[in-house]
Formats: sequence, structure tokens, C-alpha cells
Amino acid sequence: MSRISEVFRNKKHKALIAYITAGYPDVEATVQAALTLAESGCDIIELGIPFSDPMADGLTIQHSSHLALLNGVTTETCFEIAGRIRNRSDVPLVFMTYLNPVMSNGVESFCADCAATAVDGLIIPDLPPGELPELDSSAKKHGVDTIYFVAPNSSGERIRLVARRSSGFIYMVSVIGVTGVRDGFSTGLGDVISKVRQVTDIPLCIGFGVAAPQQAAEAVALADGVIIGSRIIQLMEKEGPPYRELGEFIKQVRTSIDGAGA
Amino acid sequence: MFPDENGYYGEFGGRFVPETLIPALDELSAAYGKYREDPGFLSRLSGLERDYSGRPTPLYHAQMLTKYCGGAQVYLKREDLAHTGAHKINNALGQGLLAEAMGKRRIIAETGAGQHGVATAAVCSMLGQHCIVYMGEEDVQRQSLNVFRMKLMGAEVRPVSSGSKTLKDAINEAIRDWVSNVSDSYYLIGSVVGPHPYPLMVRDFQSVIGRESRLQVVEKCGRLPDYIVACVGGGSNAMGIFHPFIQDNGVALIGVEAGGCGVPTGKHAATLAAGRTGVLHGARSYLLQDDGGQVLETHSISAGLDYPGVGPEHSYYRDRRRVKYVTAGDEEALEAFQLLSKLEGILPALESSHALAHAIKLAREMDKSNLIVVNLSGRGDKDVHVVAGALGVEL
Repeated sequence: MSRISEVFRNKKHKALIAYITAGYPDVEATVQAALTLAESGCDIIELGIPFSDPMADGLTIQHSSHLALLNGVTTETCFEIAGRIRNRSDVPLVFMTYLNPVMSNGVESFCADCAATAVDGLIIPDLPPGELPELDSSAKKHGVDTIYFVAPNSSGERIRLVARRSSGFIYMVSVIGVTGVRDGFSTGLGDVISKVRQVTDIPLCIGFGVAAPQQAAEAVALADGVIIGSRIIQLMEKEGPPYRELGEFIKQVRTSIDGAGA
Repeated sequence: MFPDENGYYGEFGGRFVPETLIPALDELSAAYGKYREDPGFLSRLSGLERDYSGRPTPLYHAQMLTKYCGGAQVYLKREDLAHTGAHKINNALGQGLLAEAMGKRRIIAETGAGQHGVATAAVCSMLGQHCIVYMGEEDVQRQSLNVFRMKLMGAEVRPVSSGSKTLKDAINEAIRDWVSNVSDSYYLIGSVVGPHPYPLMVRDFQSVIGRESRLQVVEKCGRLPDYIVACVGGGSNAMGIFHPFIQDNGVALIGVEAGGCGVPTGKHAATLAAGRTGVLHGARSYLLQDDGGQVLETHSISAGLDYPGVGPEHSYYRDRRRVKYVTAGDEEALEAFQLLSKLEGILPALESSHALAHAIKLAREMDKSNLIVVNLSGRGDKDVHVVAGALGVEL
């Protein structure tokens, strides 16, 4: 059982997943932020490998990615950061990046490096399932989970494809749009989720636009976990390590979703 | 014939987009599959090509230029005479009509130099569609005249301040808008790039250039040309004139990329000369990128060629060696710009000047029985400020 699947073994425990950009605001701070997040109640850390052209991201993550690249962060730096987090924590780590840095590295060697660094999964928003089968086979060979997206407008056929190709969990996009802080979810999200539930028992986590503890609770009422990204980057803009306020925020979210699940 | 059913040209192409866009691409493929063979749609398109765009554009025997070169006969396909001043109108018209047929009234487009933005603004105005054009902040500054032209035609121009603030960032922003407004919006992409079916559709709508050229050259010269030369940024004018000749192995096809300050300097936009396979803006193709897969910033004196990617079908023809891709630099383009202005009284776009620069070299090496067709993809009025600046002339 993968480190990610372990998180979802107890059905009553809802997963809290946090996104940070590797190398934002700098390498040391990223490691610190990840440890704070893990200690405050996050179950999985999504580590963003910055890309020059992040077309699925809103302004907040565009900005953090841009600054990380200006800091000279490369894919190798991201593996180093992952390694340093892994040395100090068992929290499952997932890389979130765009396809080009992965392809540039070589899909097979990228997956091998993930396994060697104990990175547990991959989220690639510009790679729809089935478009690059060699990524699925390399990831599988190296025991790295492939996390694909279901969107609120996904057809039944797409949902079945996502379910077939995904492992670890499925990323349920809460809104039609890009990443970024928002107030609510797409109407009809519940309907899509029930369609997914009919075809697979892979855990389902809701992300995009989740910013407040109450919203996180609403998400886990519908799904197995919730993903918070832009809100975390915004909090990181306001303070430095050891990220006490960020830790407090995560604890509030944890309490809120544990209350919802109970 | 390429692409295959999944939108691949060999290993290039595909659909590398967020899942939210997959239903939109499926809908678009289905609609295009239906309308590309629909007699009503096609007759409306060809009627507007004639009456609105001014097609067919002439094939002009440039006798003064030919005499100057002292070699092959040089013919110019005059896309500069099409409405709005460039070949971009062909695609804007085709896709605008498709959007109308699909019932989408909000049109999103990106633009670099502004030619595709202007063409889209014109078509949207004529079809009564709401037009939003994303344009990098740098380009908004450099091309203020085109910004004003778009606004006069009723388009909303949104400056993009992310990344390098140029065309590639405008495309990112247009895609983000499309992801967010996918149910009521149509993304009218301006070149043979992007996810399937865009490279196919744009090729089809631009192929009118090559179909006309074929008839015209046979009528005037009694045979097919020896060479066809066109500039390549994303590659739409080149694909448009090349595609109807792809099966004619006797016709050599030459794509000219922007060599900028010279490929070894790194300040260029010669994707097929200096790039390697990658994924940007929804397709797998050659891409200018660093060792870590970050997309590089490019340079060309011509904003329309200043793009780090290229259409996937061009990548395919490069690897299959069906098309030969070469480069022409800023200086060569400037020289060709001045030469055509002086010899023929035609101001070519700086993009097209790259094709001309190479064609002139080629013509000199050949004899007068040889035939070269150059795609004069746009007119150069928009570039007069840039040319004056480069020549140190104050206007």
C-alpha cells in the first residue's frame, strides 16, 4: 500500500492536503513550511515544481512560481527540497508540476528519481489521462501514484478514464476555472462526485478555490479530502519561518474538517 | 493524411490541457467535423472570403526584384492585400463563423504584434460577437496603433503582465480565461498551434492561400514552382501555403524562422533550428527551452515571429525532411524590407521580410527558368516605426 493510500485507509479520517511552491520564498523556507504544515495536521504535501508557463494557475501561484524561478530553482532543487523534507518527516509528498519539466528530465528517470527521493505521487494539470501512457507505466513501475483530475463538466466516459489511470487519489476540481481563492464550489459538484463514486472507490479530494476552514468542512462532507493551495501561499507572503500563523490556520482547518467528519 | 484521430502528426500534436477543457475540445472537434464538410457553411465562408476579405489575393510577378536578383523568377503571393493587412483574416473568418454556428458569442483571442487581434476584432464586429483580446503588456506598448485599431472595432484589449509580458503569456492568459468561461466562450487561436483540433482547423482555413497559389502559378507559368518560401513563427501562413503542395515532391518547401541577432547568441526565435521536443500551450512540438524544461524568452525584430513554440505539423515535416527550415536574422529582414519597398513599391511586414530575405539569396543562385513563390503574408505599414527606429530615423 502506497504512503498516500495509507492516509485514506481509515475512511473516517478526512485528508488535508496542502500545496506549496518549491523554492518560494526560498529553499530553506519551503522545507520549514512543509514541516510546519505536516506538524499542524496536513496529511499530504503537494510540492509545486515551478514552471515558466503555468496555464492552470491563478495569479497567486503564478507569482510564487515566477519568484521561485527567479531564485534559480530547478527540478534538481525540487528533488533536494523533497529529500530534505523526507529526512525529517514521513508525510506523503506529491509533486505538482507541468508536463514540460517532467518530459525534459525524461519521464522514466523523473519517476525513478521520485522513487529514490520518496516522492509518492505526481499531479500534472496539463496532462489529461491517456495522453502520455509512458508516464503511467514509468510511474507504476517505480511505485509513484498518478493523480488525475475530474472537472465539474467531465463526461461519464472521461470519469471512467480518469478512474482507470489514477492511483492514490483523484483530484476533483471544485470549479470551472484555474487555481485561486474563491467563495464557493460549482453547482452540480455533488452530481459529478456521485458519478465518480459509481465507477471507482479511489479516494476523491476537492481542490481549487478552497480558502477557509468552513469551506474545507463543506468539501470533506462531499469527498475524502480537501486540497488548499493559493490560500497557503498568501499566508506565506505575510510571514517567514517557522510560519506560526500558517500552522494556526492549518490547525483550524483540521479541527473544522474533523468536526465535519465526526 | 495527418493528423490521426487523436490529433497527432507522428509524435507531435495531441491535447495537453487541463481536464476542464477536454469537453470543450471534444465539442469543438465534433462541430468542426460537421461544418468542414457542410455546403452551407463552406459557401458562406467562401462568400465572405471574396466579399469581405478580398480574396483571391493576387500572385504578383515581382519583375524588378527578379531583375535585381538576376536569377529565378520571383512571385509574391499578396496576402498583404487581404482585409486587415495580413493572412490572419482567413483563420479569423473561418473560426468566427464556426463559433457562430456553435452558438458561442463570447470570443477570446491572443495576439502578439496585433495582426491576429485586429483580424479577430474585425470578424467579431461583423458577426456581432463580443471580442476579448489578450496582449502582453510589452506588445501593448510596442504596438499601440494596433491596440487602437482593435478598440475602434469594438474589441476589449486586456494587457497581460505575467511572465515575459509577450505573446506566450497572452496565450497562457487566454487559456486561463477559456478554462474559466468554457461554456459560453470560444477561443479563437491565431496560429497552427495549441491542442487538437486547432492546428488542423487553422491549417484548413489558411490553406486557401496555397490552393489559390497553385491555380495562379499554373495559370501564369504553366507549371508548379520550384520553391515556396514562407516565414515561420507559430507557422500559420507557412502551413497555409505549403499544405496544398505537400504531395508535390518536385516543389521544395522552405520555412524561414527568425534568427534574431544570430542563433549562437541565444537571442532569436528559431524553434526548429535550436529547440527540442517539449509541450507548451497544449501540444507536443519543438520548443525553445532550457535544460530544465523552462520555456525560454525569445527575440526577433518582428513581433509576429517572437514565439518559443511552433505548430506540431511543422515539427513533423522538419523531422521527415519534407520542409527545409532555415533562419534569417533581424538585419537580413530589415534589408529585405527596404529592398522590396524601393524596388516594387510594396512595404512587406517584417515577418514576411524574413521569407523575402531567404528567397532573394535563393533566387541569386538559380537561373531564370526557375520559379520561386514567396508568401508575402502581411503588409509592413504596422512596422514602419520599428524599421525607422532600427535605421536611426526619427519620425
